[in-house]
Formats: sequence, structure tokens, C-alpha cells
Amino acid sequence: MSEEIFLMKGNEAIAHAAIRYGADGYFGYPITPQSEVMETLMDEAPWETTGMVVLQAESETSSINMVYGGAACGKAVMTSSSSPGMSLMQEGVSYLVGAELPCLLVNVMRGGPGLGTIQPSQADYFQTVKGGGHGDYKLITLAPSSVQEMVDFVSLGFDLAFKYRTPAIILSDGVIGQMMEKVVFPPSRPRRTEEEIRKQCPWATLGRTPDRKANVITSLELDSSIMEENNNRFQAKFKKIEENETLFEEVNCEDADYIFVAFGSAARICQKAAELARKEGIKVGLIRPITLWPFPSAVIAKYAEKVKGFLSVEMNAGQMVEDVRLAVNGKTKVDHYGRLGGIVPTPNEVVVALKDKFGC
Amino acid sequence: MSNNIIDPANMIYTKPELMNDNQMHYCPGCSHGVVHKLIAEIIDEMGLREKTIAVAPVGCAVFAYNYIDVDWVEAAHGRAPAVATAVKRLNPDKLVFTYQGDGDLAAIGTAETIHAANRGENIATIFINNGIYGMTGGQMAPTTLEHMKTATCPNGRDIHLNGYPLKITDLLAQLPGVCLVTRQSVHTAAAVKKTKKMIRKAFENAMEGKGESIVEVVSTCNSGWKLSPAASNDWMVENMFPAYPLGDLKNI
Repeated sequence: MSEEIFLMKGNEAIAHAAIRYGADGYFGYPITPQSEVMETLMDEAPWETTGMVVLQAESETSSINMVYGGAACGKAVMTSSSSPGMSLMQEGVSYLVGAELPCLLVNVMRGGPGLGTIQPSQADYFQTVKGGGHGDYKLITLAPSSVQEMVDFVSLGFDLAFKYRTPAIILSDGVIGQMMEKVVFPPSRPRRTEEEIRKQCPWATLGRTPDRKANVITSLELDSSIMEENNNRFQAKFKKIEENETLFEEVNCEDADYIFVAFGSAARICQKAAELARKEGIKVGLIRPITLWPFPSAVIAKYAEKVKGFLSVEMNAGQMVEDVRLAVNGKTKVDHYGRLGGIVPTPNEVVVALKDKFGC
Repeated sequence: MSNNIIDPANMIYTKPELMNDNQMHYCPGCSHGVVHKLIAEIIDEMGLREKTIAVAPVGCAVFAYNYIDVDWVEAAHGRAPAVATAVKRLNPDKLVFTYQGDGDLAAIGTAETIHAANRGENIATIFINNGIYGMTGGQMAPTTLEHMKTATCPNGRDIHLNGYPLKITDLLAQLPGVCLVTRQSVHTAAAVKKTKKMIRKAFENAMEGKGESIVEVVSTCNSGWKLSPAASNDWMVENMFPAYPLGDLKNI
């Protein structure tokens, strides 16, 4: 299939992108506002075409452990959920990192804490970027701000996960999941054969052949000196990812006096807010982290030398702003503007907040 | 004919080829070692060495992968049936089995156990029921008998406080997705032989796509029970068997 253009929801786009990527399996549990991912997959019935397995599990706990099982076999497997479901999955995420398994996770965030609301939010930044499960780990975190990026980040997420043998997550939100936009799909790729997987993933548990020792996928090591070595290996891998895989978008920062830092749907709002501010004569730019981890600290540090202030605009009570502050390192003013509980800010209120906080 | 006892021609019993030489961590007298040996023998006899993907639990058998020389996936506590579900669905031509204890299968993993069985996953489950948490030092398990003393019920299991011993395999036998549920033991040569036959049947069912098979092995934990291996066997016969009677609960 060649390149094709469609109009669809972000959640639907994730499903189609997974099939076209040649994903081997999806395991999930319904939760608003991301249920269209599994609904679309069930409707598309890829097991009849590409052979992709799609299964509704009994819980998010089970979904993430199915992902663990599939990933152990070197298969390209994924799950998606929304905030409360992601909380349930955190045990499994920690095990996936500890066992060095590649997979793709998708969180279409809603407001919390607790059952919260089904409206959009970005309040799972800490959970995702700072490690929601136990142990020292990082999660490659991709933050889409359009339906097109929902498509693009499926393949990017899988590719990075396999490159580094560690999970990647698409941290989206209810706005991006539910809104419809034009999307362009890349050509379909065939699923890898077992032979190809054995070659690409010599560690995979696909049955022990006479030419190799038995493969064991585990995160357990009772000898602390070896466990420390394992952790050092993980940290070296995380460092390599930080050095090589940071992504961000920069809009009109060159002449800016103030810079918005925002990701996902908040970045879309800030793009408009920056335009409105410039019409009022305030020179505002935007830095949009695309990878939330690794965080684009270098570009923020660069502009910290010349701008009057950064405003971190988030649909939460102030989470990413901590990483902005670390990058700025006291060189200029940093503030946060956020709406909570599922409220999406308007561009106008962001401009008002900027003027308020920086007296401009 | 040589009279040399180490002449291979005179050997009547050997360690299964799939059992490696790693020193076992199991306590002397524990049932795990026997069941491991049976599994290793059966995989070889069925010619499935290259087609087996085993799923290890959390519990004493967490290190099962150190002893049986096939590919293993170590699951989080209780999640082996979910892990095995994906492994089998993504590799339908492979033998996929879980090896789980009572805490793993019947407490923390109850949801995964029941739903994998109810979906009729084409996997086999070997379920070691010794009525106690061995690995963590002998605490109460869901299958601990009434009045049985453990580290967390030092005065004996009180049903008013702790509920009843959970007969999880009786529950599983009700599910249409399950084709075989049997309760066996490995305390005598005859029992070992019978258990081997049923594990083989479970593996055959999994390969033939007949649905899920569960082989419960009522087992001893002499360390946790604080009895000698021989006394543990006697205690098991007297106390465990009346609560968990041996035999097939379902075999279709």
C-alpha cells in the first residue's frame, strides 16, 4: 500500500498506524478517552490480514503483562490506556524496563487524581517522565501535538524501543486522542518473520535452538554486585538515549523576549497564544519538547542566557516546569500556568497569564 | 557384558538431558525438584525442546529457569497466565506452560488465572499447592488448611479471620475453556508416575489446541511446615489429601 491521506481521530490513527507498522500484537482494556484504539483494531480485524493479534484483557494489569510476554518473544507489541489504567500498569512497566524489553505504550491522559474526569489533562507527566513504577528507570516519552504525530510516533516509538531494548511511551491526552485531523500514513510494512525476529533479537524466547543457550527473560538478580552492574548498564543506555534521541520543535525563539514551553495539546494552544502576544507587541517564542524524556534541556539553557522569562504552560498544577527550572538553572525567570481537572486553557488566557506573571 | 556399574549399557536411570547441572536451591525433600524432573523428561520425550517457552512465577520456583534448559520468561507475581496468553497467541506452534505456586496462582494472580482459563488459552499450568508461602518464610497461603499454623497465622488459620482454604482448581474445572483439571502428588513412585502421565496429557492438550489444562500437584514444604521430609509426606497424606482429594476433576 502506498502513502494515503485520511481524516480521523487521534485514537483511530494509533490503531491504523500500528497495523501498518507491522505490529505483532495489541493488548488492552477499555477506558475513556482512548477506547477507540481497541475498537478500531477490532473493527479492522488485522488478524485476518497481517496476522496481528488483538486481545481485550481482563484488566490493565493483565494487558501490560501480556505486553511483557509478547515483548519477551521479540514481538512488536503494544497497549494503550488512559491515566487510571496507566497507574495499574506501572508494576509491569518497571518489569519491562528491568527485563530490557522493547514495547510501545500509549497514555491518552485524562484528569486525576483518582477516578478524576474523562476530560483531557497532562497531569501524568511526573508518572511517565520521573518513573511511575519502582526502581531507577527512564521511559522514552514521545508527546504528540497532532493526529499526524500520533501516526508518526507509533513507528518512531517502536523503532526506539527496539534500538535500545526498552519501552517507549506515547504520552498523549484526551484532546489529541479525540480530535479529528488530516493524516498521511506511511506505506504498510510486513510483520517480521520468526527468522527475522530471531536474528534481530537473539535474546528473544522463541524456543531454544541447538546453536544457542537457553534464553531467560527476567529482571531478577539476587547477587547485589551483579544487580549493580545491571543498573549501571541501564543507566549507560539511558545516557546514550539522552545524548542521541532528544527531539523538540522551536518556533520564533530567535528574537523572543519570552518563551512558552509546552507539549502536546498545550503546545497547540501556545502556538496561537504566541501569535496573539506578538500582535500586542510582546515578542514570544515557543519551545515544544517532543521527547519529554529525554528532555530538551540544552535548547532551553541556550535561550536562558537571553530571554526575560519562560512560561511553562501545562494542563496540570506544574510538573514539566520543574525540568524547565533545572535547565534554566536560575539564569532567568521561570513560571508556570496551568488549568486542572480537565479544563483546556484558551490562547487568550495564556496571554493574560504571561502578562500577569512577567509584568509585560 | 560388563559388571561395571558405570557402564552406560547397565544404566537403568539417568538425569533427564534437559535438566542442567546447576545446584538446586530447593530444600531437601521439597516436591519442586521431582516435578521439574518430570517436566524435563516430558519435553524431551515429546521432542519439544526447541518449541518450548516456559513461564516462571514468583515464589520458590522463581528460579525454575536455572534448572530446565529451555527458554523461560520470568513473570511478575501472579501474572504468569497473562504472560503465557500473549506468548502462546503470538507463537501458536509452541508449547507454552506456566509453573506456579499457590500464592502466585490462587492469591495475587487469581484474576489472571481465572480469565486465562476462561478464554481457553492453549496453555498448560503446573500448580504446586503446598499450602504455604515457602520463599518468603512460611506465611499463610490461600490454600493453607484450617487450624494450620504459619508465620502469619501462628495460632492456626482461623476461618472467621482468614476465610477458607481456596479450592481454586474446583473453581477452574467449572469453566468451559478448561479441558483438563487434575490433582496429583509426587510422594510415592506410583504417584510420580501418575503425575507424569497427567503433565504429559496437559502438554498434549496445549499442542492440540484443546484449551487450558491445569495439573495441581499437592506438595510438601518441609521447611515451611517445620517437619522432616518423611514426616511431611505423612502429614500431607493425613491432612492435605482430605482437603484436596487426588484425582481428575475434569478430563475431556
